[in-house]
Amino acid sequence: MTWLERLKRKSYMDPLTAALYLVPAGIIVVVFRMLPIGSAFLLSFFDVKMGRIRGFVGLAQYARLFQDPTFWSSLGTTAYYVLGVVPLSLFLSLFAAVLLNQKIRALGFYRTVYFLPVVTSLVAVSMVWKWIFHPRLGLLNYFLQFLGGGSLQWLEEPRGIFEMAAGALDWSWWPGGLAGPSLALIAVIVVAIWRGIGYNIVIFLAGLQNIPDQYYEAARIDGASPRQVFWNITWPLLSPTTFYVLLSTTIVSFQVFTQIYLMTGPPVGGPMGTTKVIVYYLFEKGFDAGGNMGYASAVALVLFGIILTLTLVQRRIVERRVYY
Amino acid sequence: MSPEMSQHDLKMNTRYRARRTLGRAGVYAALWVGIIIMIVPFFWMLSTSLKSPIEILKFPPTWIPTGHFAQTEDGAAEVYVISEDRTAGTAVVRSVDGGPDSTVLSSEVIDRARLRFSNYVEAWNQAPFARYYFNTILVTLFVVAGVLVTSSLAAYAFARMKFWGRDNIFVVFLSMMMVPQPVYIVPSYIVLVKLGWIDTYQALIIPWLAHIFSIFLLRQHFKTIPNDLYDAAIIDGCSRFGFLWRVMLPLSKAVLVAVVIFTIVGTWNSFLWPLVMTNTPEVRPLQVGLARFSQEQGTSHELMMAAAAFSIAPLIVAYFFAQKQIIQSLATSGMKS
Repeated sequence: MTWLERLKRKSYMDPLTAALYLVPAGIIVVVFRMLPIGSAFLLSFFDVKMGRIRGFVGLAQYARLFQDPTFWSSLGTTAYYVLGVVPLSLFLSLFAAVLLNQKIRALGFYRTVYFLPVVTSLVAVSMVWKWIFHPRLGLLNYFLQFLGGGSLQWLEEPRGIFEMAAGALDWSWWPGGLAGPSLALIAVIVVAIWRGIGYNIVIFLAGLQNIPDQYYEAARIDGASPRQVFWNITWPLLSPTTFYVLLSTTIVSFQVFTQIYLMTGPPVGGPMGTTKVIVYYLFEKGFDAGGNMGYASAVALVLFGIILTLTLVQRRIVERRVYY
Repeated sequence: MSPEMSQHDLKMNTRYRARRTLGRAGVYAALWVGIIIMIVPFFWMLSTSLKSPIEILKFPPTWIPTGHFAQTEDGAAEVYVISEDRTAGTAVVRSVDGGPDSTVLSSEVIDRARLRFSNYVEAWNQAPFARYYFNTILVTLFVVAGVLVTSSLAAYAFARMKFWGRDNIFVVFLSMMMVPQPVYIVPSYIVLVKLGWIDTYQALIIPWLAHIFSIFLLRQHFKTIPNDLYDAAIIDGCSRFGFLWRVMLPLSKAVLVAVVIFTIVGTWNSFLWPLVMTNTPEVRPLQVGLARFSQEQGTSHELMMAAAAFSIAPLIVAYFFAQKQIIQSLATSGMKS
């Protein structure tokens, strides 16, 4: 066999050899990803108790799901959570990143500290913050009192923040139905922002450093104000990064579970169910005693549908505005 | 400064500089507010973890843990102040080692910094944390090793080999990555029930032995290694696997390090999956054990904070040694799109 033949044989590989390299990862992906994802859809049409399939029920579980007020309220709570976390986290991290991008001394120090919570487990973070939010002994109420305010119940406060504000300001005209997210949910939102901000800062910082210096140079020569520079150069050229951060923060936020599980309650999702989010609802329906995994799969599918739709919608909306 | 510069220009320049300095001071001030907000919870965790159960109940709280010490016949002993009579100037104290209460003069009770490291020992012994730690380390080691092997092999196939349907299979793999975990956790549970793996190490290790994003990352890197190198190596009699082992992998060290880092962090901190898939302390990993400890403890905040601190310690220590790589690696691991 000449070297040419050998070369030919080895670079145009037969499917069998390729399969050999793909098998280890392939088996895992097929059995533990494709199979579950594929069957999540099918499972939602079956009655499944304790991991055993008990019968076909068609769309009955979806019908039951859409009639369950707890499902809708958990969806609403999740929406509040996402709307609380995403814009604030985006704004704060972009703000910090822009500050850090100005030839700051010891940039590494700031980045290291801001990123620290990202490495920390969410379980530990939730425990620490629950203690900080403690209504009687917590650090946060101490600060409020130190600043001359009163104590708040934080994680044990079921009232909505709009309702509380209206009460504090004597706005009797405020509609009672518009209570807003509970203060407990706000506390959870604060923790999520605190935990995730370092990650977004690092991504934004990378995006900012990718903007060529010539643009800034030109703007400086033309005498542009910092505000003009930001809105006419930084913001448009950063838009792919912003879009990425927006999308990833939204997707992660929709799946919030750990903080709720550790910080709220007992029972989890409290006070008065005002922090029960969709993934906890799914967990409860699927894995608690007497749970129905088919029903939980229906919840999972709805969640997936929402995330997928939002991803596509965001992509569609932003596509026209992003300058690649 | 040029001699042509007028008085007016000079004035403007000074004013501009003053504004700039002020602006810079503002930037640093804003950044430091951020730093404090990021650090205080960690400091508060450590501070609480070193306090006595009595001091926990103090409000306003103390930043540095302090103990009370009172004069006894054999020197100063640490005491709890049970009550204080301000008019009489006396206090009822109880030794921390137990024993009857005694009344002493208030002036005899001295506050002194007192870090109770014993909280860590107590927390460690109140739940099988040694076991939890062992489980997490074991699972992490296996997952990291497995991910390295399966990802390198698969990425090699996707990057270098030609076979039918290669790119379609790759796209299917990638699309799997987009599905969030809560969506497939219920059917995964059923799969594990069928395999009889609930509450075993297999449940925590085997489903995580392949990591699609790592395959993707390695494939992208492998593609940058020129074809000529491959051809030359083959002509020289190198086997296909030999090329992966002796050429590709050594050239991909940076990517492999990134894969190792985000796999370790991800496995160490994962929660929902092990929460659902394990029931007994024998296989329960650290995060689930910590969560249970927190729910069962309820009120011993000093012990909970100690447990939280020793659970995050390994990653935090590693972070301070290799922050640059860790930040970079975790940042890329999020960059799925």
